[in-house]
Amino acid sequence: MGEIWQGLTAAFWLIVTLDSDLVEITLRSLYVTLTAVAIACALALPLGAWLAIQRFRYRRIVIALLNALMGLPPVVVGLIVYLFLSRQGPFGALNLIFTPTAMIIAQVIIVTPLIASIAHQAIRELWADYHDLLISLNATKRQRMATLIWDARRALLTAALAGFGRAIGEVGAVMIVGGNIDHVSRILTTAIALETSKGNFALALGLGFVLIGLAIAVNLMIHGLGRTEREGTW
Amino acid sequence: MTAILPLSVHAAQVRRRGKTIVGPIDLDLDTQGTTIVIGPNGAGKTTLLHMLHGLARLSQGTVAWNTPTQDAQTKQAFVFQAPVVLRRSVRDNIAYPLILHGVLKSEARRRAEDWAARVGLAEALKRPATVLSGGEKQKLALARALIREPQVLFLDEPTANLDGRSTREIETILHRTAAEGTRIVMTTHNIGQAQRLASEVIFLYRGRVHEMTRAEAFFKGPRTPEAAAFIKGDIVE
Amino acid sequence: MKRLAMAVIAAFWAGAALADDMRLAVTTSFHNSGLADVLLPEIKADLGLEVQLLVVGTGQALRLGRAGDVDAILVHSKAAEEAFVAEGYGTHRREIMYNDFVLVGPADDPAAADETAGIHEALTSVNTTRSIFVSRGDDSGTHRRELSIWAEIGLDPETFDAAWYRAAGAGMGATLNVASGMGAYVFTDRASWLNFANKDGLTIVFQGDPALFNQYGYLPVDPARHPHVNHDLAARLESWLVSPKAQAMIGAYEIGGQTLFTPNATTDGAPKEG
Repeated sequence: MGEIWQGLTAAFWLIVTLDSDLVEITLRSLYVTLTAVAIACALALPLGAWLAIQRFRYRRIVIALLNALMGLPPVVVGLIVYLFLSRQGPFGALNLIFTPTAMIIAQVIIVTPLIASIAHQAIRELWADYHDLLISLNATKRQRMATLIWDARRALLTAALAGFGRAIGEVGAVMIVGGNIDHVSRILTTAIALETSKGNFALALGLGFVLIGLAIAVNLMIHGLGRTEREGTW
Repeated sequence: MTAILPLSVHAAQVRRRGKTIVGPIDLDLDTQGTTIVIGPNGAGKTTLLHMLHGLARLSQGTVAWNTPTQDAQTKQAFVFQAPVVLRRSVRDNIAYPLILHGVLKSEARRRAEDWAARVGLAEALKRPATVLSGGEKQKLALARALIREPQVLFLDEPTANLDGRSTREIETILHRTAAEGTRIVMTTHNIGQAQRLASEVIFLYRGRVHEMTRAEAFFKGPRTPEAAAFIKGDIVE
Repeated sequence: MKRLAMAVIAAFWAGAALADDMRLAVTTSFHNSGLADVLLPEIKADLGLEVQLLVVGTGQALRLGRAGDVDAILVHSKAAEEAFVAEGYGTHRREIMYNDFVLVGPADDPAAADETAGIHEALTSVNTTRSIFVSRGDDSGTHRRELSIWAEIGLDPETFDAAWYRAAGAGMGATLNVASGMGAYVFTDRASWLNFANKDGLTIVFQGDPALFNQYGYLPVDPARHPHVNHDLAARLESWLVSPKAQAMIGAYEIGGQTLFTPNATTDGAPKEG
């Protein structure tokens, strides 16, 4: 129990002294995860909308697959991305292995199914409401998807935040594809794993508290933006 | 602009899971007036409107407008019994069909403001549409349906869930819309409303058109016993 | 399709490999010693070389070298290193330094390991008393060394009862955490142990047997196999590591008054073959 208190103290001092290593890995964590979530949203929201409005033969299978992929162990994703980006892999020539970009790619793969699945759920309910109107107005497929994504934006924000939560706290995949290289690919979670392996529980916990604080700050900020963006509630 | 009317329906039928909901139906809609579809619950009034508007898939027969279907579809509008409101402001709801049509946002919003004023929603422009009352939502749906200036306006029981005052306001808007030359096809189970609005009546019974005549003639002396009983207020199944 | 995907990925690629960066895969035990934190700034100052460390187990380090994902590796598992060179993945193996392994265990030492004469006897006693023993179990250099000692005794850990022999399947630090949580015996390198903060009732119960020496080898990845590797930088790093200055720094490095490493690079200039 004493270690938790020490962890809180460590987190406090790291933050008030603006420890330069802490700032660096925190910013890198944010950069990697926010980029990954943005790319994942760009893929997952249209996919979720499309699955909601489109009836096709293998739709159920695709949705089941998506739900199954949500449970994909990050380590497996990391290993697969590693094999693709390794110098021996098909994309080895891009020299991406052990870079933040490789970590972004892995996180995109981890969170896209999650965001798409939640988005599909939310959009499907809205589509039930909007179906007759949008058909009556002869909206094209693309217009239907755009309307549904825009009008479901609050639920989709929650989906994006769920994706952010999964990505920011993820360690297995980014450890493999990023390599946890100091000043290159070390982020909060891999630093926590490293400090834990050194037995520095207080510092590891301190970084953990910073991570939790960061996640809370991002959530509050996004919700703040969402509320001031438009009047009223939907 | 070429007229999409007259409409000619021939042997049209809508079936779901092997059961006939409406049809076979033969009817012609000419270019003028307000046609009210009445009939007991379950007669297929809503499905008939959906069929004419293209929302219900035809199992058989034809629904032929005077112009190709694709063109005709953009010149009709539909108001549903339970108004569908988009999770946007009142103004953006009304402007929505114009935006879909590629009208510039500023222009669409300007015209939406005009239409909001015409249906009495000028004060509510920037409010979220989801918090409007039932009557206001239906007026919004009317404005949104009319903003593309359709040649034909379908309404499915537009006042079924509304209080007297809202019903009167909607009827006033419909009178004016009809006077401006929009062809109205509407269902109701309110005989009084049918008498106030109709120039022509379709009595639908068990999915078939039992009578389709001038309104005065229908209310004066319906030809079928079912229609007579219905007007009198007896229970008709 | 593949070309499109490559273009997309290249588009948001920030440009990672600068001219004077090189990647070196090192073992966890080397990194945990803290020696890297002393050497890397000197390497930067002397050579202008930014060495990016990938801290992994020996097995993964060799794997990264085989894939050409690093320019050189610094590991401690002689047989595996020689195989690496023999298979043509490394140009040669250069011995740099050694440290030693120790047996760590609970202070009350139920197996009485500190009274034994050699590591083989000590582990035999752990086995006969069925004292809880945590193994890395991750095919790392440390794990391989532990297995080879069991084999020299004539025992096969595969046959051990999981009631006392626990294979953690984890890195050195995580394994030490497990051992300290269970008050168990654990086979570890001295550097990791001295730098480990969560000792919690554990202590060194056996040390000093020459059979515990742990030789580190430096292996540049062969550019004939992987033309993209930065062989020049790997070669420059190697000459620096075997230079009198670096060897002296390695020999002088200590934690809590204990020296950890004994430099033993041959300085005749020619790369020493395994």
